Amino acid sequence: MSKKEVTVVEVALRDGSHAIKHQYTVDQVREITKGLDDANIPYIEVSHGDGIGGSSVQYGFSKTRDIELIKAAKDVTTHSKIAVLLLPGIGTVEDLKEAREAGADMVRVATHCTEADVSRQHIEAAKEMGMEVVGFLMMAHMLEPKKLLEQAKLMESYGADVVYATDSAGALLPDEVTERIALLVNELDIAVGFHGHNNLGLAMANTLAAAEAGATYLDGSARALGAGAGNTQTEVMIGVLDKAGYKTGVDLFKIMDVAEDLIDPIMTVPQIIDRDSLTLGYAGVYSSFKLFAQRSGKRHGIDSRDILVELGNQKVVGGQEDMVEDVARELASKK
Amino acid sequence: MARKIRAGIIGPGNIGSDLLSKVLRSDKLEVTSMYGIDDDSKGMRRARKNGLKTFANGIDGIYELEESERPEILFDATSAGAHQHNSEVAQELGIRMVDLTPAAIGPFVSPSVNLNEFIDEMNVNMITCGGQATTPIVSAINDVVPVSYAEIVATISSKSAGPGTRANIDEFTETTANALEVVGGADKGKAIIILNPADPPIIMRDTIYTIVDGEFDEKEIIKAVRQREKEIQTYVPGYSLRQDPVIEGNTISVFVKVEGAGDYLPVYAGNLDIMTASALGVGERIVDYINEKESKGVEMK
Repeated sequence: MSKKEVTVVEVALRDGSHAIKHQYTVDQVREITKGLDDANIPYIEVSHGDGIGGSSVQYGFSKTRDIELIKAAKDVTTHSKIAVLLLPGIGTVEDLKEAREAGADMVRVATHCTEADVSRQHIEAAKEMGMEVVGFLMMAHMLEPKKLLEQAKLMESYGADVVYATDSAGALLPDEVTERIALLVNELDIAVGFHGHNNLGLAMANTLAAAEAGATYLDGSARALGAGAGNTQTEVMIGVLDKAGYKTGVDLFKIMDVAEDLIDPIMTVPQIIDRDSLTLGYAGVYSSFKLFAQRSGKRHGIDSRDILVELGNQKVVGGQEDMVEDVARELASKK
Repeated sequence: MARKIRAGIIGPGNIGSDLLSKVLRSDKLEVTSMYGIDDDSKGMRRARKNGLKTFANGIDGIYELEESERPEILFDATSAGAHQHNSEVAQELGIRMVDLTPAAIGPFVSPSVNLNEFIDEMNVNMITCGGQATTPIVSAINDVVPVSYAEIVATISSKSAGPGTRANIDEFTETTANALEVVGGADKGKAIIILNPADPPIIMRDTIYTIVDGEFDEKEIIKAVRQREKEIQTYVPGYSLRQDPVIEGNTISVFVKVEGAGDYLPVYAGNLDIMTASALGVGERIVDYINEKESKGVEMK
């Protein structure tokens, strides 16, 4: 029986950026990209955690401009492709042009799961530039499968080559992933992908469920370096998918080495499910809010979990980091 | 003797219809014509119900009016694309234009900041809703200490973001960023916009971050920002700071919310309301200017 093929997208140099407060250096990116390229990772995503153009007061300034990191990554790859993330409203078509010139092959255009139509401008421009385009529907736990499909269809109509259900909050359970992915796979003509976060300890299980439901693009982060509790751990995913009968083309030992020798040393805190990460998944809150909640919690003398729970109650979406301070202050005034 | 000035609105959509409600209440402007493309649209019918002459051939309908019936001020609530032609017609006929689209043929204006500087211009642009909510604050801070970087995050309810906004997200961020520099005075500007689909729809909020260059008295900053808040409230009553500015080193953060007046658009659509309220503010100030000039015997074209 032939093995089902799956395309792996490595996000340590993008989602991982959240975990290290966007402090990647050119040297780090060169080394890590070389390791990933060597391990045969098909796509390597390189950007600020909130995408190109994300360097800001709101999300944190990058130590090194995205363009420099993209150029560095492109420089050392021999066959891996470079992807960038773009969130309309944060990054623009002008940013995309710059990234394309710097060597980006693929762009992942990400919107909140209900707002696909703001991605039209960017998906169409990317296609015109000859890029591969992924539509990324974020906070997929907040939308029922049927409505998620409607949004995915919009992205497909604009020209996306792949559409992802993205579990930005790490809040989905495996059955919920299966429901969403299966519906997308059945009803779309394009490939379907899944991006997981480990806030409830379910990233690997969810990713496997996505593969079984027909997703052919799967995200992972070496050593799980990512927002919140981190993403599906790439090297684990490679081992698991192999055992489950999928072909990724990635060298297991080499990706293990990238994680152990290159990613682990740059981590400032262990990538575990601590109580704030668990709260993200439990309350359904965008993973990158964790560090902001911790800071605001300290500043106002409030338990960061209370801040996260309130953010979940208010149905705050990705990108709304300024709400964290607001909620913290409000909770403090009620004490 | 001060007279009411005749006004016309191009574009009977959400913005144009909300603007209509406001202009009808004005005792400085007399709105008499509405220019659209669909004679039977809700906005056109509403305009006729309020006694306006409507024209379904867009701004070209203005040629059917006698000179004595023509507006002396036009508000363009259509689109950047349509504005080109609208402004050509206005220019040809010597009619003052207040542009609510992102076209920005004329200079950016914000009532509490720089309107006096451009009061004699025949075409002025209202930037964006986020621009009206934030550039005045940046400008107030810049008056106290130079702003090297200004960044704003506008968060609006999905419901209040129409097809025009959605198709032109980039334009919103680029135009607003530009205004933060040109009107706000920042060396560099950045604008971010986020749509949130929560139900009930959220009130518009804007977060303004400024990085300043040099020493400053914190009390002066708070005073300047609170003063500007009051000035904005004279034409946008629903505008308010959510809390005192937060000052950390040389980063000054201001958190604002904009509650709509609920004229035509619901209260959560503060982002649209600040646009129409600001445009009305500009229109009425232009009327004052015209009347001042006329009382001094200067002929107004």
